[in-house]
Amino acid sequence: MSITAENPAAAGAPAPSSVPVEPEAGTRRLNTAKALQEAIASQMEANPEVFVMGEDVGVYGGIFSSTTGLLDKFGPQRVIDTPISETAFIGLGIGAAVEGMRPIVELMFVDFFGVCMDQIYNHMAKIHFESGGNVKVPMVLMTATGGGYSDGAQHSQSLWGTFAHLPGMKVVVPSTPYDAKGLMTAAILSDDPVVYMFHKGVMGLPWMAKNKRSIGAVPEQDYVVPIGKAKVAREGTDVSIVTLSLSVHHSLDVAEKLAGEGISVEVLDLRSVVPLDREAIAATAAKTGRVIVVDEDYQSFGLSGEIAATLAENPSSRGAAFSRVCVPDVPIPYARDLEYAVLPTPARIEAAVRAAVAG
Amino acid sequence: MTVQHAAAPTGLAATERVELLRTMILIRAFEEAILRDYHADKKPAWDIGAGLIPGEMHLSAGQEPVAAGICAHLTAEDAVTATHRPHHLAIAHGMDLNRLAAEIYGRETGLGRGRGGHMHLFDPDTHFSCSGIIAEGYPPALGQAFAFQRRGTDRIAVAVTGEGAANQGAFHESLNLAALWKLPVVFVVEDNDWAISVPRASSTSVPSNADRAAGYGIPGARVEGNDVEAIHAAAGDAVARARAGEGPSLLEVHTLRLWGHFEGDAQGYRPELAEVPERDPIPAYEQALTAEGVLTAGRADQFRAEAGQRVGAALEFAKSSPTPSPEEALRYVFTEGAPR
Ligand SMILES: Cc1ncc(C[n+]2csc(CCOP(=O)(O)OP(=O)(O)O)c2C)c(N)n1
Repeated sequence: MSITAENPAAAGAPAPSSVPVEPEAGTRRLNTAKALQEAIASQMEANPEVFVMGEDVGVYGGIFSSTTGLLDKFGPQRVIDTPISETAFIGLGIGAAVEGMRPIVELMFVDFFGVCMDQIYNHMAKIHFESGGNVKVPMVLMTATGGGYSDGAQHSQSLWGTFAHLPGMKVVVPSTPYDAKGLMTAAILSDDPVVYMFHKGVMGLPWMAKNKRSIGAVPEQDYVVPIGKAKVAREGTDVSIVTLSLSVHHSLDVAEKLAGEGISVEVLDLRSVVPLDREAIAATAAKTGRVIVVDEDYQSFGLSGEIAATLAENPSSRGAAFSRVCVPDVPIPYARDLEYAVLPTPARIEAAVRAAVAG
Repeated sequence: MTVQHAAAPTGLAATERVELLRTMILIRAFEEAILRDYHADKKPAWDIGAGLIPGEMHLSAGQEPVAAGICAHLTAEDAVTATHRPHHLAIAHGMDLNRLAAEIYGRETGLGRGRGGHMHLFDPDTHFSCSGIIAEGYPPALGQAFAFQRRGTDRIAVAVTGEGAANQGAFHESLNLAALWKLPVVFVVEDNDWAISVPRASSTSVPSNADRAAGYGIPGARVEGNDVEAIHAAAGDAVARARAGEGPSLLEVHTLRLWGHFEGDAQGYRPELAEVPERDPIPAYEQALTAEGVLTAGRADQFRAEAGQRVGAALEFAKSSPTPSPEEALRYVFTEGAPR
């Protein structure tokens, strides 16, 4: 989420989206939060074993509006406010999933994972493996990520690389309302544990500066966006930006701007980190010969390094020029100027594109 | 072992009582000023990331009696660890107002040079720290107490959480370890009835967290009424015990969250909202002291004027301080090159 000049559409009318897979203009438009709620509601209607649990998911409707309206619809037996006891209630979700229920458990901010990580990576993620495939954990762990509004070092991280590094969980990170609904439906239907990470800046919340693409066309009927399939969000020929989440929006803004100068940027929206669509990454690299990874997670030992390795390991993309725009290895600072110095802003992305085409 | 402390004559000297009021007035003045600046430039379309003070803002209005009553027993040598709602404790514990304000405004002159923000205040001068991660301020307090104990001092650590946080693992682990090692800690729970939108009755298996002390073999006390003098008395017992090397205690205070969980919280979940302002502890204490003849006419106004001046100067200091330079965004991850 950008606050000022980088985000001219803030609070304005939704502008047309450049994401090609979305339904036609004239169809219903929702913000990402509503799209998410709709997927959950629909799956709760379809299956009584689906329930939602977490801090302030009930009357409050989720601090980032991920569960608004669900309590009214389904009641407190299925939309459950918990104590601040993440180890206990995430573990409870695991146990219920083991017994065949389909919990959607919210960890309010991903930054809080530290207090409950054992349940996540030693239990939720490993039970299926340890049981030789005999026990499934069909659970969705839903959590908010990302910075850009001065919430400081303990409330602004992205951290998908951390979860992706530890085997056993699918890690889904949507960028648009359309994908948010389809990926949430896929996550609930998945027999695997899925960590579903929504960036606050793509939710279209009324109390944050909004990117124009946080509101978009969303079909009313149920549909699934398959987990593990990246999407070419914009076709281009000169340079590829491989990215996800809010950085997709920034990258599309930069691509639109540079198109006027004759620089053709392809934007690949990964949509999930696990599984990672390595074929799509190699394909775009082979097409343009230049790859920039834009990642709001920390730079070292994370997604961007994994993508570099993917390029190097694949004969068709080996030798592609590579650079990255990530959060350098520093906690997210509070003061705005400092925070925007480390976030992957459109300005930093634009500079990287210019450097790539110049080099 | 649970003790109930009701409002009762406490043997406090008149000057001490007046001082408690004065501290509470200072805290409120500070937060009212922050509140004004926080909201001033977020309109008309409210944007949490915009303005002089961006980000989340958790104010402690209504909880001043806890800070004033407890910190009156402490010196700057004692440690205090607070929560995401730290201002009242920071001020009552004697934190420099200028550096506190400057941190909240994200300035280079702030406690954390603008890196930390209002939930992450670290002050070596007053051994003050806080954490935005619920209950995670408790364990470091054990370590500070451990250091004080090892060095043979009578310094203590005071560790504060909300009642919601008392359901977190770190809370229970800390009580056990501190009890086991007789660490000089006073554990404080500020029960303001709400953990964001979740009432205590929906989150906590016992009516009083003080009862939980029994599980760790330490004294537990609950103070009703948000009464600064009752809090002062109960804290006095716990502090004395810790200083004497007798180990930790748990003190729960039933207090009041006068405003929203964070600024911008419409509190639609809160049925008793309309009567909340009447429960403001500051006018109540002022009236009580006046009625008893302890507070002479005009004294409270004097305190307000004085607080206004101090706060005004601190905000002025903050707002006229430079913002940190973006070129320095990567500093302070490690100690190399960090001036102090
Ligand atoms: C580990 C963790 N879980 C959840 C949160 C989100 N959160 C911040 S404040 C809060 C409620 C805290 O309630 P309480 O402890 O009663 O303190 P109060 O806000 O009432 O002062 C929650 C759930 C957090 N910061 N850290």
